[in-house]
Amino acid sequence: MSGLKYSKDHEWVRVDGDVGTVGISDYAQEQLGDVVYVELPEVGRTVAQNEEAAVVESVKAASEVYAPVSGEIVEVNQALEDDPALVNGDPTGAGWFLKLRLSAPGELDGLMDEAAYADYVSGLGDD
Amino acid sequence: MSDDAVADLARTPLYDEHRALGATLVGFAGYAMPVRYPAGIMAEHTHARTAAGLFDVSHMGQMRLTGADAVAALERLVPGDIAGLASGSMRYTQFTSDDGGILDDLIVTRIDGGLLLVVNAACKEADLRHLNERLEGDVALEELAERALIALQGPKAAAVLGRHAPACAKLGFMTAGRFTIGGTDALISRSGYTGEDGFEISLPADETAAFWRQLAAEPEVEPVGLGARDSLRLEAGLCLYGHDIDETTSPVEAGLAWSIGKRRRAEGGFPGAERIRRELADGPRRRRVGIRPDGRAPAREGTSVLDAEGTTIGAVTSGGFGPTVGGPVAMGYVAAEAAEAGRPVSLLVRDKPRPATIVKLPFVPHSYHRP
Repeated sequence: MSGLKYSKDHEWVRVDGDVGTVGISDYAQEQLGDVVYVELPEVGRTVAQNEEAAVVESVKAASEVYAPVSGEIVEVNQALEDDPALVNGDPTGAGWFLKLRLSAPGELDGLMDEAAYADYVSGLGDD
Repeated sequence: MSDDAVADLARTPLYDEHRALGATLVGFAGYAMPVRYPAGIMAEHTHARTAAGLFDVSHMGQMRLTGADAVAALERLVPGDIAGLASGSMRYTQFTSDDGGILDDLIVTRIDGGLLLVVNAACKEADLRHLNERLEGDVALEELAERALIALQGPKAAAVLGRHAPACAKLGFMTAGRFTIGGTDALISRSGYTGEDGFEISLPADETAAFWRQLAAEPEVEPVGLGARDSLRLEAGLCLYGHDIDETTSPVEAGLAWSIGKRRRAEGGFPGAERIRRELADGPRRRRVGIRPDGRAPAREGTSVLDAEGTTIGAVTSGGFGPTVGGPVAMGYVAAEAAEAGRPVSLLVRDKPRPATIVKLPFVPHSYHRP
């Protein structure tokens, strides 16, 4: 069990205590293709569940990254500024986007676990 | 994209090849086209800059004009010097509208006693209507719908194609000839849309897949999709119709005055000549320029360009990431008085002004073969 929970918008969150680390799924990075830029939020900002929290840009287009759970941003992954390709290379590890202090941990129950997300993605077809 | 969405789209003769190669297909101008292969846009782009990229551009329109008045008839629709085109030579020009906008841009090749036209896929039907309505005199128009078009682009393209059609080595940039490749009649031109040396090969649709497979099997060659085709042409400073040029932009505003022949400037006789000749003489009110964002954030199409006072002076028409440049690149239109290389501007990306600089195009120098 990896401990990752997934949103329908292809973000994941890994919770440690009251802090959740957030990134985008392997499926999402594969769909985006080469990531060339990531715009991260200000530390201290409060985001609601499903609110836009970051922007990820591939060669072709910009896409929003939504907060899978509500909380206050406590840290962002500065390494992505110099090496946005980490999102492609290690989407659920070194390619994390941000950490937030959960304000409504109950929201986690509405997210998918690894197996449910795998089912969800396989139902989406190639796109 | 889903199989259902692809099912409604037209297919090029290379559709099965793209699927077999694992391409991501998208709808483009009504065709199911590969936007990228498993290698990804960045790798495909770099491959075309450093080795040889293979592109399916069969969605583009190919047509042929014949008849004693073909040259004169076409000259009444484009500002390019077609009469001055030697046999086996090609020219870039535009179908202009009566008020000097651009209906489409195209390549004209004089060959076999006629003119071959290659036009944009999305404009193909409108171009055919336009030609049928406006061509005058002894001229016949034929759509070459049974021909496919593939491009081989990059510094190794000549070495690769030379193994299949040795005589193509003698072609210089923007010249074309007929060649036999393994029994297939092919029209090969030394041209492209990447800024690199390379070729476009027009051949019968039913013989295209076999030739594509031969080229794809060459060690220097990798397939390249529309995604990298776009980043390659953007770095090369080349216009994409419907984005950088359209019915509202004139060839002079677009920086395409170089494609208007000296005789045509003097004589006129093409749609929109009044506006175009006035802009040639007095300068246009806005100009297409290169824009280099100072940071790493790409500025996409539609992004506002602001001057130092925060006044909007233009907009981005194409923008993204340039893999060879290693950073964001864009082009767009700005007021003529601001269109000088080196001028600092800002780009309004996600409501935040970000510093950028007006630069000369192209971002990556052209490597055309001019013997």
